[in-house]
Amino acid sequence: MTSTSYDAIVIGGGHNGLVAAAYLARAGKKVLVLERREIIGGAAVTEEIFPGYKFSEFSYVVSLLRPEIIRELGLPRHGLKVLPLPSTFTPMENGDYLAAWEDHDLTRQEIYRHSAKDAEAYDEYSRRMARAAKAIKPLIGFIPPDPASLHPRDLLGLLKLGKYAASLSEREFYQIAKLVTQSSADLLDEWFETDALKGTKAASGIIGTYLGPRSPGTAYVLLHHYMGEIDGVFRAWGFAKGGMGSVSNAIASAASAAGAEIRVSSPVDKLIVKNGRVRGVVLENGDEITARAVLSSIDPKRTFLELIDPNELPGDFLGSIQNFKMRGSSAKVNLALSELPQFNAWPMEDGRQPLPQRGAISISPSIDYIERAYDDAKYGRFSRQPYIDMIIPSVIDPDMAPPGQHVASCFVQYAPYDIEGGWNEAKRNDFGETVIATLEQYSPNIRRAIVGMQVITPKDIERITGITGGSIFHGDLLLHQAFFMRPAPGWSNYRTPVRGFYFGAAGVHPGGGVMGAAGMLAAREILKDWSGFRLW
Amino acid sequence: MLQLRTTPFHERTSKLCQAQNWRRWAGYLAAGSYELGLEREYWAIRDRAALIDVTPLMKYILKGPDARRLLNRVVTRDMDKQKVGQVYYTPWCDDEGKVIDDGTIARLDEVTYRMTSAEPSLRWLMMNAVGLNVTVTEVTDQTAALSLQGPHARNVLKRCCEQPLDGLKYFRWMENRLGGKPVTISRTGYTGDMGYELWMDAKDALVIWDSLMDAGRDHGITPCGILAMDMARVEAGLFMLEVDYTSSQQAWIEGQKSTPYQLGLDWAVSLDKSGYFVGRRALEKEKREGPAWKLMGLEIEWNGMQRLFAEVNLPPQIPGEALRASLPVFSGNVQIGYVSTSSWSPILKKFIALAHLQKPYFEEGASVRMEVTVEHQRQFAPAKVMKLPFYEPEWKKR
Repeated sequence: MTSTSYDAIVIGGGHNGLVAAAYLARAGKKVLVLERREIIGGAAVTEEIFPGYKFSEFSYVVSLLRPEIIRELGLPRHGLKVLPLPSTFTPMENGDYLAAWEDHDLTRQEIYRHSAKDAEAYDEYSRRMARAAKAIKPLIGFIPPDPASLHPRDLLGLLKLGKYAASLSEREFYQIAKLVTQSSADLLDEWFETDALKGTKAASGIIGTYLGPRSPGTAYVLLHHYMGEIDGVFRAWGFAKGGMGSVSNAIASAASAAGAEIRVSSPVDKLIVKNGRVRGVVLENGDEITARAVLSSIDPKRTFLELIDPNELPGDFLGSIQNFKMRGSSAKVNLALSELPQFNAWPMEDGRQPLPQRGAISISPSIDYIERAYDDAKYGRFSRQPYIDMIIPSVIDPDMAPPGQHVASCFVQYAPYDIEGGWNEAKRNDFGETVIATLEQYSPNIRRAIVGMQVITPKDIERITGITGGSIFHGDLLLHQAFFMRPAPGWSNYRTPVRGFYFGAAGVHPGGGVMGAAGMLAAREILKDWSGFRLW
Repeated sequence: MLQLRTTPFHERTSKLCQAQNWRRWAGYLAAGSYELGLEREYWAIRDRAALIDVTPLMKYILKGPDARRLLNRVVTRDMDKQKVGQVYYTPWCDDEGKVIDDGTIARLDEVTYRMTSAEPSLRWLMMNAVGLNVTVTEVTDQTAALSLQGPHARNVLKRCCEQPLDGLKYFRWMENRLGGKPVTISRTGYTGDMGYELWMDAKDALVIWDSLMDAGRDHGITPCGILAMDMARVEAGLFMLEVDYTSSQQAWIEGQKSTPYQLGLDWAVSLDKSGYFVGRRALEKEKREGPAWKLMGLEIEWNGMQRLFAEVNLPPQIPGEALRASLPVFSGNVQIGYVSTSSWSPILKKFIALAHLQKPYFEEGASVRMEVTVEHQRQFAPAKVMKLPFYEPEWKKR
């Protein structure tokens, strides 16, 4: 059975696919989004696993959602509300704590309490990182040119890249060079002496990667946090009211308003390719839908190893995709709670306000703590003392749980996809218990407060969202898999070896995080190709 | 609830702050004004004795055989020339000769100095101290500081200090006792008037405050907030970090940075001093080439203001406090600079401003125009470029 024809089909209703659909629809194109699950959003979803308690199941903070996308798609009109996460609270093993508050003076005071040197170093470090982020920022919206190609489009891209590099000051250039090669541990040791400060910062360098703070190249990821500073009032880091599902829903609403069609419960089986050109897709139920172009917004491995007949792809491309590292190492533990978690390091007497609960709570007392968590993962085990980043959405947005009740979202590392013996029910429970036991060291009431617990391992991420290996960034953010080498060398411009087939999600520049940039840039490339403006 | 730091004087100042006009200064709560208007506090500076809590100044003690070497390496003035008992005011720069901060350095003894700065400087000092035999200790919290400014300042101190002050010359310091407590008194200040700064142990703060207030009763001593001090400092031609210039460490772009020459601190750059200091080479170049712009004074012509406001049938209206707003300065139809602080001067009865002016418009006597908003319309008032300071009473250095 054949359905009507479309200008473009977007495979995958995650936020990137939805962004792409919105931009294409706004350009007047007939777009169809096909989502496997019964809800759109991919890994940016809100689900009521326990009735009344809303979980941002997978991703839990808006991270660098592009201001251009927010403005151009009118997302606030479509329900996007980003609320601030004002603090990061790191309880220490000795009962003390280290906090980073929203106010600069209060934070300086706080760090000074631990180390006078670090208080000043923190300011200087933040300034340096913010400036490096400002220097790197243009690259987020930059389509990586293939340096090995003589194609006019790539040569132009290289020229632009060269111009950009020349615009950097010598200092900026060296700083960036250092950041992309150093380990976050070495970088942080150069600046600070407070273990809890270094641990918390190092943690942001290993999010979503199968690496430890002492692994080279992890310093670069520290920069990501400062990209948000450049977005200013647009608030790149924050909590979306209603959970991450509201971000996806806002984008979907914008796409629908522009005329895009979104179909859920419509898993795609295969791409229809004829004479090296894509013609459409076949759904799992046998339906064939034709389109001028198809955009995949799922991960590179599923896209190129499952959706297409391997004969349609060049050998070295296939090889690159097969070697593309998608080693899921992150897990989520979502909790439905009957009371607000308390922390030993922040006793609540004398009318003290529960300030730590308004922001992120980071179990990252030192670099060694995180490195040891990584050691477990290296040898096929989950971390016995895991790194945990916890937020309590119900404090920020009271609608996330019934009145007086709470929900907590715990991001945990490490939980390797390829755990020794494989993930099963027992191992998942063991892991969940390990997370609770770890939290219990710092929060005296967490265990008795739990009325419901959802443990999501990388295997579960894969099962539910379809992401290969449960890799949250659709591929480790490593230098050899970044920029013009993502997802494969020379194929970083959102096109693929198959004519009419495009690729635009986290598996291509600028990578993971709820940014929407890949979807937007892919849509732009499709429109460019259709406008007849060709350099060949 | 998390709060900003309070100074050791807060016990007193909080009870006197009728206006509840608190501001933040270097992470501390500082009184912007005690009274609802600024006039009485301002006139205390110019006519009586104003008592200002300046504890939020960053303070460092540098001690050791290499303390002088460290300072000489960091600051632009020739520290070899500073004797014990002297206080130097100086900027310090980065490698490119761009000003990081400015402050005072008092030589306490052969090997000990107290340095003040507007922004934290511990890291910069320690980085430059590598290989030198010197310890740098921050004493911002441990050392409380008061500024007593005005023509009656010495009279007040005479009443409550053990040692006489007549011999204490401008930019010198002495040890003394006040209210029975040890205190270091320097003939320094930020108002361009006769004035002293008092440096004491935090635990003695309240005793000293009480003694001063008691001794000053007959001399019109008045607790004074930083807003009134702001008006006085403009009259004195004194610029303020982050208002009139940006620290090169905080600047996002080159255009936000300043050299000492641009700030009118030529006299504080001793290129003839021996040895390396941070920024030397760049400053030598700047001296040769001359600054591209300069911080100068502007006197906005009152006739011009009256004309502009008369067009909408109003008398000229300007705020009774210093305005820290950036106002474009034009020559003809071309913008040639901007004002960073402007203020009405009650003692001069003039509308004055500190302005950044491009070459060649920074010459004294040049005629320019400053943007003013008259009944929501953008207008330009004629102004004349002046040398700084605007006001310097003869008793300032007496």
